[in-house]
Amino acid sequence: MAHPKLSLWQYAVLGLVSISAPLGDSCLSRGMTGLPDISLAHPGTLIAAVFTPWIAVGIALLIGFFASYLTALSWADLTFVLPATASGNVLVALFAHFWLHETISLQRWAGILLITVGVGFVANGPSLTERPAPAPELEQEQAQ
Amino acid sequence: MNLPNSAPSTSFWAACAMIAVIVLCSTAGEVLTAAAMKSIGDLDEIRAHSGMKGAIRAVVTSPLFFAGVSFLALAFFSLLFALNHLNLSLVAPASASLTLVTNAIAGKLFLKENVDRRRWTAAVLVCIGVYFLAH
Repeated sequence: MAHPKLSLWQYAVLGLVSISAPLGDSCLSRGMTGLPDISLAHPGTLIAAVFTPWIAVGIALLIGFFASYLTALSWADLTFVLPATASGNVLVALFAHFWLHETISLQRWAGILLITVGVGFVANGPSLTERPAPAPELEQEQAQ
Repeated sequence: MNLPNSAPSTSFWAACAMIAVIVLCSTAGEVLTAAAMKSIGDLDEIRAHSGMKGAIRAVVTSPLFFAGVSFLALAFFSLLFALNHLNLSLVAPASASLTLVTNAIAGKLFLKENVDRRRWTAAVLVCIGVYFLAH
């Protein structure tokens, strides 16, 4: 099962993980900030929040994220998938700058640079920890 | 004492506690889910052999997967609760960057992943980058 270098399809799955999570979080934030304060004494209001439009869209995006995330975890290490998909934060910042014309400070550009370098670091390495194959005698014992 | 991005009524320690609960639940959920997916095998290969139904069946019949999803659900409701009291620009980067570090530690300890210098460097760079991006 070990295939340390990824195919184009696998990069596409990682891209989907990257973009759907920050977009989903943004929708959740938009939905939750529009609601009155929720206290721990009334946890039922937290469940009711799930059915408001922005939260529902956020959840739909996060379901898409979870499906692609599970797929990625089936052929790559957790410590590979998490940093590799951090580029979503960069995409959201670039989206805010070029589409919404928000100002990005020098510190934020430094953050974008650091994340990009970090993602490049991990993406160029092997995606899966190589495990030694089980000995033939052990395989026979397991089969019996 | 309040965090810069928290609502005036939320104290520093309450904000820290909310973020800590998200980070702990996320880490437990992600490690359990990763362990489940490793035990199931490559989903693309399972789908090629048994179709989409076979792939879904392989995932939903794994007890480790359900344990992981339970913790992720806890993390999700903790996130909703935190977003109701704190700004997204504090909660999302703080929880995401801290989760990266706790996952690297948990991945090495529990999943026996090869967290080499390259992965540690990537985790730290992304962590600092997310912090910068939030300010």
